[in-house]
Amino acid sequence: MNWPIKRRNGNGSSSNGHIIEMAGITKVYDTGKIKVEALRGIDLRVGKGEFVAVVGPSGSGKSTLLNLVGCLDTPSDGEYRLGGEAVAGLDRDQLADVRNRRVGFVFQNFNLLPQLTALENVEMPLMFGGVGRRERRRRALGQLEQVGLADRVEHRPTELSGGQMQRVAIARALAMEPDIILADEPTGNLDTGSGSDVMSLLGALSEQGRTLVVVTHDQHLARRAHRVVEIRDGVIVNDAPAGR
Amino acid sequence: MGTAMNRRDLTVSWSLFVRASSLQRKRAVLTVAAIAWGTVAILMLLAFGEGLGRQMMRGRLGMGENLAVWWPGETSKVWQGLPTGRPIRPRIDDIEYLRQRLPNERVVGEIHNWQTPFSWARTSRNVLVVGTNAEYGEIRHHFAREGGRFFNTRDEAEKRRVAFFGDELAREVFGDIDPVGQVVDLGGSPFLVIGVLQEKLQMGNYSGPDSAHIVIPITTFAAVFGRQGLSNVVVKVARPELMPEALERFSEALAARFRFDPSDQEVMQVWDTAEGARIMDNIMLGLEIFLGIIGGLTLLIGGIGVANIMYAVVKEKTREIGVQMALGAHRGWITGPFVLQGLAYTLLGGLVGLVIATIIIVLLGLVPVEGNEALEFLGKPTLSWEIAAVTALVLGSIGILAGYFPARRAASIDPAETLRYE
Repeated sequence: MNWPIKRRNGNGSSSNGHIIEMAGITKVYDTGKIKVEALRGIDLRVGKGEFVAVVGPSGSGKSTLLNLVGCLDTPSDGEYRLGGEAVAGLDRDQLADVRNRRVGFVFQNFNLLPQLTALENVEMPLMFGGVGRRERRRRALGQLEQVGLADRVEHRPTELSGGQMQRVAIARALAMEPDIILADEPTGNLDTGSGSDVMSLLGALSEQGRTLVVVTHDQHLARRAHRVVEIRDGVIVNDAPAGR
Repeated sequence: MGTAMNRRDLTVSWSLFVRASSLQRKRAVLTVAAIAWGTVAILMLLAFGEGLGRQMMRGRLGMGENLAVWWPGETSKVWQGLPTGRPIRPRIDDIEYLRQRLPNERVVGEIHNWQTPFSWARTSRNVLVVGTNAEYGEIRHHFAREGGRFFNTRDEAEKRRVAFFGDELAREVFGDIDPVGQVVDLGGSPFLVIGVLQEKLQMGNYSGPDSAHIVIPITTFAAVFGRQGLSNVVVKVARPELMPEALERFSEALAARFRFDPSDQEVMQVWDTAEGARIMDNIMLGLEIFLGIIGGLTLLIGGIGVANIMYAVVKEKTREIGVQMALGAHRGWITGPFVLQGLAYTLLGGLVGLVIATIIIVLLGLVPVEGNEALEFLGKPTLSWEIAAVTALVLGSIGILAGYFPARRAASIDPAETLRYE
């Protein structure tokens, strides 16, 4: 499958070209009785246009890291700059705005809103971003066209296949033209065929110059990345270019 | 981006509300029904209270407003060397004295003649004749039916033989014939009938209901029946709260003229209808508060139903809310639709309830009241603007609260938590 290539001009990156700059990041979940150290000192830099795969066994802290990168959660300690902007000290609504502008999420179970059509799902972040109704529609249609779903815009998620749903989710993640796409096991709930479609799509996005961080167990997907970061017990144990 | 609501906040909240409101139809219907039921209950209770209150007021006004009636008695206290057991006997000319001493109040005297022989055509019977002043007509609400009048000061000054009939008595005696213009025999003297009492609801009375007596000028009374001693005196004040002070001056004036202790309860037997009115007002207020609380509690239960449903919606949509937050939704945009939904359900229910209650009240209004004693006492349920305003206020508050608490829970959802794998 070939995806239309559209080079993006850079925006939102810091002066040194790093979208993600993490230093000494820790995350402790305090349940009152027991403290769980999910991340124990993470240093991570991701440059503009990089395609990073995060791998590691279950419970290693991959998802926690992804939540921190996507500003869904805040670190217990350490410094994090996303697109050159320090995230520490922002309140919940400000974090929501950062997510809206800078981050596009792709989830394992798609997380489309079931009562909305594909088009309305893609429009959702644009609505939160304050984009006007007409512009919203135009841009959402454009993104759906890019992921090859121009003929499915009025369908609801239940009327779509798994692969199509994930493509809608990717279109939604792209809608606000974010600095970075975060994907958590994007092929985890898909059959091999749909999974490889989604992989090709992600690969195409990378070739367009977008920055991607993907958590995955899938060796095929990890091989498409430029760089593989391996996490065990809350620390990075290996960070190397992917062996293709 | 501050926490204050701006236009973008409102538009986003509204769009989310519009997208979400088509859901949960069955639940929404049940909730709306609960609120409607509560609204019907509160409206009916308050409307019955209002109807009863108005009927009471009408009945009370039947006799006249802000009146006190004094019946002269015997002294029971020694005063200035005078013994007890001395009857106090005011006469017609004392009325003028009392009017001078109570310039801001209105005073009329009455003399009663019971069992007065009366005849007209072939009818004859004994009736109560009341001799009084011309002002009595206005003070004691003796308004004439169309085509007639109450007697005036000239009738009184010239001792004219004119008579004003109670409506019940007039109906019994004259039947279908117009009494006005008829000449009747009263105590052996001819009298011209000049007016008949308009039908009125009278709850309080003394010496029988106004509908059953004949009223003539007090001067004529004295001439025909040869009596000057007053049976009672009626005092009217402008406002109920002026009554205690007016009665004090009334007692003092009488005590000075007839030489008795002004604190002598036996002489001063007074019926203060204004006091009764004050008590009745309090009873009605208490009744309305009581009924309002019952209706309000019913509505509150409906409101809890709304809140419960909204809580269920929040729980069911936790993941969706988490997704929306991940995509950049502010907390206010999430809460807005819930508050709107709570308000919309409550107001819709309130509207349905208002329509149902109005239909019931209109139907009840078609039931004839005449001849039904229970209905005559209860009056007809009546909706007023006050009731509407109170109900709207209660509904609005309940609606906002029913949406607010579930919305608060929705806003506290942690997107990172909800987006973990199941």
